[in-house]
Amino acid sequence: MLTMPVPDGAVLSRRAEIVTALRRIVPGEGVIDSEEERRVYESDGLTAYRTLPMVVVLPETVDQVRRVMRYCSEHGIKLVPRGAGTSLSGGALPLADGVLLGMGKFKRILEIDIANRCAVVQPGVTNLAITHAVQDQGFYYAPDPSSQIACTIGGNVGENSGGVHCLKYGLTTNNVIGIEMITIDGEVVRLGGKHFDAAGYDLLGVMVGSEGLLGVVTEVTVRLLPKPPGARALLIGFPSVVGAGECVAAIIAAGIIPGGMEMMDKLAVQAAEAFVHAGYPLDAEALLIVELDGCEAEIDHLVAAVEDIAGQHGATSCRVSQNEAERLNFWAGRKAAFPAVGRLSPDYYCMDGTIPRRRLGDVLARMKQMEGQYKLRVANVFHAGDGNLHPLIMYDANQPGELERAEEFGNDILRLCVEVGGVLTGEHGVGVEKRDLMGTMFDDTDLEQQQRLKCAFDPDSLLNPGKVFPQLCRCAELGRVHVHAGQTRFPELPRF
Amino acid sequence: MTSFRPTSAAEVAEIVTWAAAERQPLEIVGGGSKCGLGRANRPEHRLEVAALSGILDYEPPELVLTAQAATPMRAIAAALDAERQMLAFEPPDWSALLGTSGSEPTLGGVVATNLAGPRRVRAGAARDHFLGFAAVNGRGEAWKAGGKVVKNVTGYDLCKLQAGAYGTLSVLTELSVRVLPRPEQECSVLLAGLEDEAAIRAMAAALNTPHEVSSVAHLPAAVAARVAGPAGAGGSLTVLRLEGPGPSVAYRAEALQAEALRQGRECHLLDHASSTAVWAAIGAVQPLLARTDSVVWRVCPTPASAASVLHAIQAARIGAEGFYDWGGGLLWVSLAPDQAGDDCGAAIVRGAVAAAGGHAMLLRAPDPARASVPVFQPEPASLRALAQRVKSGFDPVGILNPGRMQEGV
Repeated sequence: MLTMPVPDGAVLSRRAEIVTALRRIVPGEGVIDSEEERRVYESDGLTAYRTLPMVVVLPETVDQVRRVMRYCSEHGIKLVPRGAGTSLSGGALPLADGVLLGMGKFKRILEIDIANRCAVVQPGVTNLAITHAVQDQGFYYAPDPSSQIACTIGGNVGENSGGVHCLKYGLTTNNVIGIEMITIDGEVVRLGGKHFDAAGYDLLGVMVGSEGLLGVVTEVTVRLLPKPPGARALLIGFPSVVGAGECVAAIIAAGIIPGGMEMMDKLAVQAAEAFVHAGYPLDAEALLIVELDGCEAEIDHLVAAVEDIAGQHGATSCRVSQNEAERLNFWAGRKAAFPAVGRLSPDYYCMDGTIPRRRLGDVLARMKQMEGQYKLRVANVFHAGDGNLHPLIMYDANQPGELERAEEFGNDILRLCVEVGGVLTGEHGVGVEKRDLMGTMFDDTDLEQQQRLKCAFDPDSLLNPGKVFPQLCRCAELGRVHVHAGQTRFPELPRF
Repeated sequence: MTSFRPTSAAEVAEIVTWAAAERQPLEIVGGGSKCGLGRANRPEHRLEVAALSGILDYEPPELVLTAQAATPMRAIAAALDAERQMLAFEPPDWSALLGTSGSEPTLGGVVATNLAGPRRVRAGAARDHFLGFAAVNGRGEAWKAGGKVVKNVTGYDLCKLQAGAYGTLSVLTELSVRVLPRPEQECSVLLAGLEDEAAIRAMAAALNTPHEVSSVAHLPAAVAARVAGPAGAGGSLTVLRLEGPGPSVAYRAEALQAEALRQGRECHLLDHASSTAVWAAIGAVQPLLARTDSVVWRVCPTPASAASVLHAIQAARIGAEGFYDWGGGLLWVSLAPDQAGDDCGAAIVRGAVAAAGGHAMLLRAPDPARASVPVFQPEPASLRALAQRVKSGFDPVGILNPGRMQEGV
């Protein structure tokens, strides 16, 4: 299990005084003090970890956020920002000696600007609510994480959320064009806007995916896209996962970037089929869902091409959705894959590594070996187009030691992802979950450089400490310049 | 002045370590094609990384290419072309604009200046395709960030920060970028004779259709004739580009033309080769290359306000000509050098942009002007202070391209 920074006794002893001060900034029910009500916020989507926050603040105005942050900054109090609390990596895990800053009351869509193809929204607006607000005009917001009904755009910015359509349409970072944020010392900063690109450093690009460690987002400008006129999905069964993987590579090599391309292994297929009856082929070792979108002429052309490629790669079944209801039904099984696996096992642990797709066969074979070693089963769901794996490790938290075994298994899978040239997390974020594995992907110099960026924004390390980095930031030490004048001398250099 | 020519990342680190210890500023040069970009204050020494060249890993179905920083764009384009792939952000060729036809643009330079061509509206800029890198920071430490896969959120997204930092934060030594299949077909629909305001609305309307228009530009009558080829000579041209599989492009071109005819507009169709040529010319800023001594601004206004920005600049009578790319999101403006004034028109151009929202970069001007006029849009004090802290986090003694973007950065 991970350890969090030891709570600061001096801060805890001032709790009553801190609550009073916060109430002066956010009146009424916006400051949550009672243990019972704080309990609601003790964890996020990574439910294995729970901490009761010192106090919860739910501001309603930008000025309140600014003043809360300034107060925390002046008094050396840690602060954890939170959107809807759907993080799967513990990004919003509270701190026992920290303020939990819930942005859920920032729910307004401020502007829909069709001429500039963007919308300006508050951070507590849910991902799906943006699409709902613009779909009558023929638009949508492209990134669609599976939690999109609940997750907020502020959280999406924090985590750089993806979804099943990101191979073609990009992640949050490619679809957010401006933000207003508050720095830890309470300064309001605007980055980007309705225009393209930054005048100076692309700090907007850095804020997206910074997991709440650099600032608190109070407004987001998102790019809107015209809804594709049509979409059709293919359901393709394969006798082996490796064969399905080769088919994916062949589709891309043929110049086709599908709107979505998802793979499930046999266990995931069977679980999903038993749960939602999507008509999945139960004999297949692997199932591919390929969605092609665009005008009818394009869809016809690409469906024929993909059917052809699937045939050449030994597909045992191939069905094309005949109408919108059938297309949605094909997806229903995939979208329900996590809860479906949840029915097979009391608990499951969802991983999120990315690998170069060419290594899929090796990685799955090694994972099979590990199943034996850890005596736990795994169902696999992947975003096949971009090599993002979501192995679901099944365990029973009531069996002593099983959670620890599942976590160790998960860590081994992620180490394997890095070993084959991939990364620890494709879309869920590092949070607390993968924090202690950062060293497998980055060396000390890499991590120090990342932390020096943190120091530029938050020199006292008050924003979401204990997340992402295995060691707490020591800005004074990291900022020191060690010059060894005299050790390397100019005359020795002409060989360059 | 000394020129250092390292042949490996380790040698880059050794040189930067020396420069940091001796506080000797370095100008980082790859192919030298972008030396005229940014503020003109030449550091004492040149760090010429041209030897760090070559593609290290490229497997087309992975959609990732890894190369050393100074790999010439020509070599990258040739490798991608052979596999019918591309850099979707379509880095434009500014050699004629900058008068650097003799030097080679490199991958590192393209990313460090965050270039983007006409496909920006659909495919993004270099930043959106930059997946990972190895670099040397201003302490002389070799470090890395990001990865070699297309989907990755492990740690801060430092690729975004390096893209467009003009080498002020680290010396890039190796880069991984996302590549994509090249569209099978391309064509463009030309609308003739629209006034600027009407053209801005027509471009927005085209981008707002579901027809996946991938580039949109408007060339006012004064500059349209300088783009070789297109029909409708004499009047303005609004160009809408379509790319994709053959049957899809044909269908969408038909739909766009039908819509134009319904609105009583004159329209023409450019075939694949002509379309490619027109977009290359637009990316290369060819409509403004009639004079080699004009002052050139690259303006990124709020797209729907672009015409009002150009008109406000033209109203100041400083010999302004301009055209619109990115549906109005990119406005190129040239000014007559003898009329632009000592500030190269900065007060007028930036005043016009301020009213609309956006920023303006002084892209081409004589060296003395680019030393005295802020080349990049000045930022509010809070942001400037933050940028300075970011810079010192990477380059604490300020030796990597110091002052290339802003004083003190």
